[in-house]
Amino acid sequence: MIQFDNVSKRYPGGHEALSGVSFHIQPGEMAFLTGHSGAGKSSLLKLIALIERSSRGQVFVDGQNLSRLKNRHIPHLRRKIGIVFQSHNLLFDRTVFDNVALPLIIAGYHQSEVGRRVRAALDKVGLLNRDKAYPITLSGGEQQRVGIARAVVNRPPLLLADEPTGNLDPALSREIMGLFEEFNRVGVSVLIATHDHDLISRLDHRLLTLSGGRLVRDGRTTELAASA
Amino acid sequence: MKRPARKPRPRAAEPEARAKAQKPRGRTNAYFTHHLWVLVSSLGQLWRTPFSTLMTAMVIGIALALPAGLYVLLNNVQQLSSGWEDSAQVSLFIERDVAEKRILALADRLRNWEGVAEVRYISREQALAEFRELSGFGDALDSLAENPLPAVLVLRPTPAQAEPAAMGRLLERLRQLDAVDQAQLDMEWVRRLNGIIEVGKRGALLLGVLLAMAILLVVGNTIRLTIFARREEIVITKLIGATNAFIRRPFLYTGFWYGLMGALIAWLLVVGFLILLSGPVTQLSFLYDSQFRLAGLDLVTSLSLLLSGITLGLAGSWLAVGRHLQAIEPE
Repeated sequence: MIQFDNVSKRYPGGHEALSGVSFHIQPGEMAFLTGHSGAGKSSLLKLIALIERSSRGQVFVDGQNLSRLKNRHIPHLRRKIGIVFQSHNLLFDRTVFDNVALPLIIAGYHQSEVGRRVRAALDKVGLLNRDKAYPITLSGGEQQRVGIARAVVNRPPLLLADEPTGNLDPALSREIMGLFEEFNRVGVSVLIATHDHDLISRLDHRLLTLSGGRLVRDGRTTELAASA
Repeated sequence: MKRPARKPRPRAAEPEARAKAQKPRGRTNAYFTHHLWVLVSSLGQLWRTPFSTLMTAMVIGIALALPAGLYVLLNNVQQLSSGWEDSAQVSLFIERDVAEKRILALADRLRNWEGVAEVRYISREQALAEFRELSGFGDALDSLAENPLPAVLVLRPTPAQAEPAAMGRLLERLRQLDAVDQAQLDMEWVRRLNGIIEVGKRGALLLGVLLAMAILLVVGNTIRLTIFARREEIVITKLIGATNAFIRRPFLYTGFWYGLMGALIAWLLVVGFLILLSGPVTQLSFLYDSQFRLAGLDLVTSLSLLLSGITLGLAGSWLAVGRHLQAIEPE
């Protein structure tokens, strides 16, 4: 699903955020990406969604070579990727329903289809009764769940999350992780960047560890507890 | 995409098969629905800030009303003067020593000329009587030994002949006649007036071009501010997979609405002015014994006013969108 081939990312000014990173995440796999802040987690996610392009090496998403993907095709790549942000990135002048419906409207779905899918996605994250509320009236955990509903409403084959539990207490964080595992169970590939070791050490998934822009470990989350 | 063998899915995934089956028909339909939705929602967005929307629309309206109003007024003057041009006539002053018989023969000959609608003969005596009556110099005339006035043939050209170049040729031919002392076109000043009107029309056009540029800038700047105000929204929708066309759409429709509203305001302004002017104009033309009425905005002018407003609104927003939207990318 995601393949990195000796990928480096150097920013103008010379700072190298990633150097020589290679890994392969299979379709249907769930993996965590961890490392200290500045280790290159965000840069790696940005390369996958083509928010930035790699300086060297090649990135493949769903079999597509991203370095050859023209700018005008980027939107179609992004429709295959559901992205969950730490800051939720919701539109505060629209209702929960309209926020979740946005990816479907962008993709040009029919009105009746939009309604059905949005309700299904909201049902999934347990917010079906809040569809007419505005995001500002929701709690942090609820806002994050709206963000997740929006990321999955289009049924993308790949789900990316950047610190999705960053601002949430442990109980809410576990709940959110549970949601990601549920999506993974129905075949969605999931990659979650997080520094919350406590949380991921309780789960059994693949774990990629970045340090100083290099991939220093590629193992299981269960090994984390042992090594810590 | 290749997915692994699916485990039993939760019910949320179940409608997918049905959805895929009906997608092709639904999509084009959805495309138009979406356009309609953006059209209405961009109007709604403007409606939420009625004051600033009205200000922008007013600026556009005034800028459109100026050249449009000027154009309509000049058209009116031209229409009025074209009525005068039809009544143009040529006075042929006959040499004093030409006998009346020859003059009448000449008149007959001229009646057969192409472009001559009517020839009227005014003898020297008639001319004197007319002059005596109209000028009030009767006593002075009595003291003259002899009638100082020449005989006159008054020629009315056909309407086709009234066109300036043809009229010039006719005058030239008339002046070469032996018996004719002088051939004078009475309506020279109408042509000069027409010339002035043409200059005025060109001026209105240039003014229009200038103000059109101003409208482009006003709309462009307004849209630019809207783009910056909604920067975050643009970034988010780009991250979700919106194409540039999708993001552009609401801004273009906003420009469309500004243009349309501006044109409607301009139309109302021009019509209002014409109504205000029509009373005094009617009174004035009554004093001149004329049937002239101020002509309003006809359908063609109204439509082109609307169309140019909309075009300018769209073009202005296109400029702003093309310039500023590309620069906003997720970071």
